[in-house]
Amino acid sequence: MKHETEFEISFDGGPVPARQGQTIGAVLHAAGIRSWRTTRFGGRPRGLFCGIGVCFDCLVTVNGTPSLRACQTEALPGDEVTSG
Amino acid sequence: MPDVVVIGAGVVGAACAYYAARAGLEVTVVERGSVASGTTGAGEGNVLVSDKEPGPELDLALLSNVLWRELAELGGFEFEAKGGLVVAETGEVQRALTGLARAQAVEHEVVAPEDLPRYEPHLATGLAGGVFYPQDAQVQPMLAAARLLRHGAPELRTGETVTGFLRSGDRVTGVRTDRAEIPAAAVVNAAGTWAGEIAELAGAPLPILPRRGFVLVTEPLPEPLIRHKVYTAAYVTNVASDSAGLESSAVVEGTPSGTVLIGASRERVGFDRTLSIPVLRALARQAVELFPVLADTRLIRAYCGFRPYCPDHLPVIGPDPRAPGLYHACGHEGAGIGLAPATGHLVARLLTGAETGLDLRPFLPDRFAGETS
Amino acid sequence: MTYDLVVIGGGPAGMAGAAAAALAGLRVALVDGGPRLGGQYFRHPHSAEPLRGRFPRLRAAVAGRATVLARHRVWTVQREDDLLAVHCLAGERDERPRTVRGRRLLIATGAHDRSLPFPGWDLPGVLTAGGAQALLKGDRVVAGRRIVVAGTGPFLLPVASGLAGAGADVAGVYEANRLTGIARRARPAPAKVAEATGYALELLRHRVPFHAGQAVIAAHGDTGLTHVTVARLDRDWRPLATRTVECDTLAVGYGFLPQLDLPVQLGCATRPGVDGSPVVEVDAGLRTSVPGVYAAGEATGVGGADLAEVEGLLAGRTVAMDLGRTARPAPALARRRRRLTAFAEALLRAYPVRDGWRGWLSPGTLVCRCEEVPYARVLEARDLGALDSRAIKLLARPGMGWCQGRVCGYAVACLMGEAPQPPRRPIAQPIRLGDLADQPEETP
Repeated sequence: MKHETEFEISFDGGPVPARQGQTIGAVLHAAGIRSWRTTRFGGRPRGLFCGIGVCFDCLVTVNGTPSLRACQTEALPGDEVTSG
Repeated sequence: MPDVVVIGAGVVGAACAYYAARAGLEVTVVERGSVASGTTGAGEGNVLVSDKEPGPELDLALLSNVLWRELAELGGFEFEAKGGLVVAETGEVQRALTGLARAQAVEHEVVAPEDLPRYEPHLATGLAGGVFYPQDAQVQPMLAAARLLRHGAPELRTGETVTGFLRSGDRVTGVRTDRAEIPAAAVVNAAGTWAGEIAELAGAPLPILPRRGFVLVTEPLPEPLIRHKVYTAAYVTNVASDSAGLESSAVVEGTPSGTVLIGASRERVGFDRTLSIPVLRALARQAVELFPVLADTRLIRAYCGFRPYCPDHLPVIGPDPRAPGLYHACGHEGAGIGLAPATGHLVARLLTGAETGLDLRPFLPDRFAGETS
Repeated sequence: MTYDLVVIGGGPAGMAGAAAAALAGLRVALVDGGPRLGGQYFRHPHSAEPLRGRFPRLRAAVAGRATVLARHRVWTVQREDDLLAVHCLAGERDERPRTVRGRRLLIATGAHDRSLPFPGWDLPGVLTAGGAQALLKGDRVVAGRRIVVAGTGPFLLPVASGLAGAGADVAGVYEANRLTGIARRARPAPAKVAEATGYALELLRHRVPFHAGQAVIAAHGDTGLTHVTVARLDRDWRPLATRTVECDTLAVGYGFLPQLDLPVQLGCATRPGVDGSPVVEVDAGLRTSVPGVYAAGEATGVGGADLAEVEGLLAGRTVAMDLGRTARPAPALARRRRRLTAFAEALLRAYPVRDGWRGWLSPGTLVCRCEEVPYARVLEARDLGALDSRAIKLLARPGMGWCQGRVCGYAVACLMGEAPQPPRRPIAQPIRLGDLADQPEETP
């Protein structure tokens, strides 16, 4: 097994622990953060659903870049994730 | 027995049925697919006066514009009286645009380059100005067609294909479908891009051909970036063009669902649905040139439709002398959604023998005599 | 450069196809959207590549022989004279357009969960079964503390046993079908029996109850899942009696749908699969109806990793032969494909989706998650004259949003009483307008 680097990313300013290779969706979900956006009509909370890049429910803003699929975006040290 | 059979449940057929029903006629609509399943379901929803050269089509567009506002009161579909902004890349083009606006004699505001951001804050810099047309509007055409059919309450026969006409001598006395014979005093051909095939069935051919148009749809945006229908002056020249090759000039606008629509490629390639990357690139490039902020916006969908065009780019509206009892309401090219209410209104007047109040001669099917026989 | 073969999809079918073609001397590129090879079945964490089993063997066969292009998502495929151009977006957050060209194309794009709507299915905490599995296998994240696993199909067992083995409290597995006579109909190979027995033992060891003929018909909670309504179902999946089960997570899946965006773009003929969903039509050599285009794995019918690998091997060999390379005939491989296909089809028949799920919906239940289209609006559109799911989409917008109907398309087709149609998605992945406007780079 390769050495598994642990680091932190931030979610809405607060620290969240991550391991190298994990997706942002997995990092947030593991930390008990289950939704990070609300829908545009009903304001419904959304997070992971399909987990493999198909449903686009887990869209998230990372370092200012919007509309990234959290389940398809690898977490990198220092990432600033914001809900929307 | 219905008074009228309307062939086609697109927006033009729906408007014909609505106005005919309102004039007291009993109407049956026959549609081989679903409501709005042809060109209506593949359009952008343009209700434009700005792109029309002075003449009969502009008159039709102005009448339609008033009627769309009335129909919007019925409710149940989106109608946005957002206005259209035509922009010019150079001073020369801006002079041509203002000249056109004067000749059109429709409500407009000439916009100086420094005032463009007041209309569209995200518009590219360096443009030479523009003309704003407050009457330009946007309609959700599929729901509009469905609602007009609901309000007109004709007998609606979807999934039924017209295969021929009932005749008494030359006279058209109804239609034959794959399921039944439907006798009627009059038949309206509102089959859009396929209206030529219907006319052929009646032995009264019309020169209507498909012109392919691609529309791009972006991801839904949280904040509206674009307030009006925005396009460059090149769109006006393309609309009237006779070229068979690709022409595109992006019309860019936001929609109530948050997406941005980018439309208006025009090609004559028959009924070919194959995605064309050069067309997509051209539309994307033009959209980004108009609104640089769109470079980071994602495209999630593209669709194409087939606009019904005639050699002179005018629709066909009126009775067919070769087949008495048959009326045409088709061939609106890329303007069918905008021109639908006026077309329906005029057809209903013709069916009831009322004064049309508009010179129909430029639209009559007789004008092709000699071309198609 | 132009490759002899471009393979799309780095799962069992794509890896096997790339390996077989490369071993026969072809220049092969293997394109996959994920960060590492494996696809869904061989998904593994960044830090723990499997050292035993089929994955390392396949990986070794691909490595050094084929060009592997990971993190390349394909947004469209186009024919360019004699070549096939695969238009990709490379990278994740800083994606760049790149084009890979080949003389032949093998589509091995796999499948994703088939979802059915039910009240509350968009609450955070409700995941697809595949989503929960991906979290566990790829990220080593257990999807929740107290988890309900529900839906239909043999896949529910490995999901539940994996979660239980990783420490989750699995409140129960709810299999909507009754599974009478499965063993007789499917006649599984001994290895399959052993695998299924292993999962069953694991569930037993963790005291996870298994309920056949039951389903989760509603999920509840305010901002996240707190409990679900479980129903005992009749043969057509109409609820007979209900009860409440507390949980923070639901993993739910009703089988799988092949990803057909790219073959449909190219005009490959499809046919209704055993379960009604469209699959790509292929001949014994895995050739599609479009010259130069091959398909293997779930795209030709959902059948699992073993079948996918066999199809990949066969497809790779066919491509090599079609390009004039000699390949020894492989009758054993073809026989194995027939046997595995028969087994897969028997499973699909044993785990059907029954119509009764429509009765789980209330007027306010979202059918389309992206555009937030409730069931009532679908009914209203039908009432306005929409005959089929395309017309429903035009009038009520289900399938118009981000996922382009990948999640709701199956359900909308069922609600309209029609067979699911092959998906028309000319844009298979979102692409930035700026990237589309630029001419793409060639991939070396």
